[in-house]
Amino acid sequence: MTRRAVPGPNGEAQIHRGNAPGEARCGGTWTLRGIASLEPRLEAFSWPAEKELALDCSEIAAMDTSGAWLLQRTLRALERRDHHVRLHGLRTEFDALLKLVASRVPEKRAPTPPAPGALTRIGQQAWRGLVNTSGMLSFLGEATAALLRALVQPRRIRWKAILHNLQTGGFEALPITGLLSFLLGIVIAYQGAEQLRRFGANIYIADLVGLSMVRELSPLITAIIVAGRSGSAYTAQIGTMKVTEEIDALRTIGVAPLDLLVLPKMLALIVALPLLTVYTDIMGIFGGMVMARAQLDVGFGTFVDRLDDAITLRSYLIGVGKAPVFAAIIALVGCYQGFQTTGSADSVGRQTTKSVVQAIFLVIVTDALFSIAFSWFKL
Amino acid sequence: MSDAGQRAVDAVVEVRNLRTRLGGAVVHEDVSLSVCRGEIFALVGASGCGKSTLLREAIVLQQPESGSIRVFGQEVVGLSDEQALPLRRRWGVMFERGALFSSLTVTENVAMVLQEHTALGKRLIDENAAVKIALTGLPADAGPKYPSELSGGMRKRAALARALALDPELLFLDEPTAGLDPLSATGIDELVRHLRDALGLSIMMVTHDLDLLWRAADRVAVLGDGRILGTGTMAELARSDHPLIHEYFYGPRGRAAREQAWKHE
Repeated sequence: MTRRAVPGPNGEAQIHRGNAPGEARCGGTWTLRGIASLEPRLEAFSWPAEKELALDCSEIAAMDTSGAWLLQRTLRALERRDHHVRLHGLRTEFDALLKLVASRVPEKRAPTPPAPGALTRIGQQAWRGLVNTSGMLSFLGEATAALLRALVQPRRIRWKAILHNLQTGGFEALPITGLLSFLLGIVIAYQGAEQLRRFGANIYIADLVGLSMVRELSPLITAIIVAGRSGSAYTAQIGTMKVTEEIDALRTIGVAPLDLLVLPKMLALIVALPLLTVYTDIMGIFGGMVMARAQLDVGFGTFVDRLDDAITLRSYLIGVGKAPVFAAIIALVGCYQGFQTTGSADSVGRQTTKSVVQAIFLVIVTDALFSIAFSWFKL
Repeated sequence: MSDAGQRAVDAVVEVRNLRTRLGGAVVHEDVSLSVCRGEIFALVGASGCGKSTLLREAIVLQQPESGSIRVFGQEVVGLSDEQALPLRRRWGVMFERGALFSSLTVTENVAMVLQEHTALGKRLIDENAAVKIALTGLPADAGPKYPSELSGGMRKRAALARALALDPELLFLDEPTAGLDPLSATGIDELVRHLRDALGLSIMMVTHDLDLLWRAADRVAVLGDGRILGTGTMAELARSDHPLIHEYFYGPRGRAAREQAWKHE
């Protein structure tokens, strides 16, 4: 069973013109390793002009399927140019290999479907966008229905899962959200300090930092961080469960995936995000205070006194009140994208990216809508 | 075995006194076997007896505690990935669950191997991939599909096409028929034999599938209690009176497969 001789040091596949008219000779090792240098030479090879060609293959020392294919391809190309090729001297086992390749690979390659045109692509994109939106809306509906069912029958609520999600999505996010909002407070105070000093309005640093953090920045930055942390985790978890058919298994056992996987995440995040926002309010303002003392000589006591007048209860509640909405968006998008995963590791990655991008996008759009609505109602 | 001397010369895989410990438990006490050039060699045994571990050690994914494994006459125990590379180009591996790259199409899965290891032009690589895919009996329209779009049997064939990409001399197959329906599994039996005959391959496989053993394997080794309990053709092993081998082949499923095989003959 030795179909291959060991290739020698210069065991490359060869082709050259023979002595007789209409003759060509092949030799060397027609193997995957040996044909690399032959392929370009074969393209440029000047075949004899005669219609009847004789191909002497007696010097071919080794052949594998790759070499057999190259020979087969060459023969087919010659026949297309109306040559009639007669092989001789090919060893029987190589001949069998050549026939095998010839029989398995059809003469005509299956036509590749033409690439879609620009208009088709735009149409497909738009359609996909529509399907995605309607899918998201129906998912929102299903989740709301599941939530209502859970409120009617509270024993359907999975407290353990909620507590677990509170821990991972809320408590464990404390360090990073705290640090980032503290830094954000410092940056705002630093940028504002120069302007305020010019007008001698140093004390208004408390208004600047306090109001911007509490009303806008703190809920937003917290939601963005949580979307990156927890939203992606939700998608990856549910997506992987989809790939390994665990979701189907849940359904078979009679556990609604929404009840077990989505509701606890949503409820936990709706509780955790406002709490995190309160915490980041404090950390952000603390950052501003540190900067105010360093740059503007506004002491901690003065700063806190001023905060009393600067931040009304209404501004505070508006800020914290956005958080549950953001939380619902993040949890919904994260879970929805997880369920959209189809069968491969690649798909899990793609959906996770989509989940984070969409969640952050929707959070910012919603925040803008809130601003418009509040100014409309003069809040 | 009168031709033992001849066999030692012609062995593609030779395992001597292998000892493996996995997390404290001894999996292989003292395993010796050899796979001859051109034969289909099957390794069987109960679940957890270390068949797949032995295979992984032969393809240098795992290291035994002591002993020697020679592939193509070269010692592979203790080789680094870099040192193993020239050997790895000469063998192909098909993993139990296919292990096709899910982000690539079937053609790309095969072509990727060729791109990494050869200097061929893109056109020849694509054609070569198509040849390999055709050799495993997949229809031509399977090429542009992603693994997730294929059935289990087609995925196995695609994995086999990737294993064949570099025209290897030796194939390692881990459970080639696991998870397949009987019809697809029969297709794989025939494919394995056909490829061996057509390409002159040597094949070492790990399997549970008694039908595959009867139909395709030239020689079978039974692994149990950390050693080789017996080696021979299926007919020889079926006559063995070792209790574990007997249990393996004369369990209810073993009997059915054996009767089926004899009916065929």
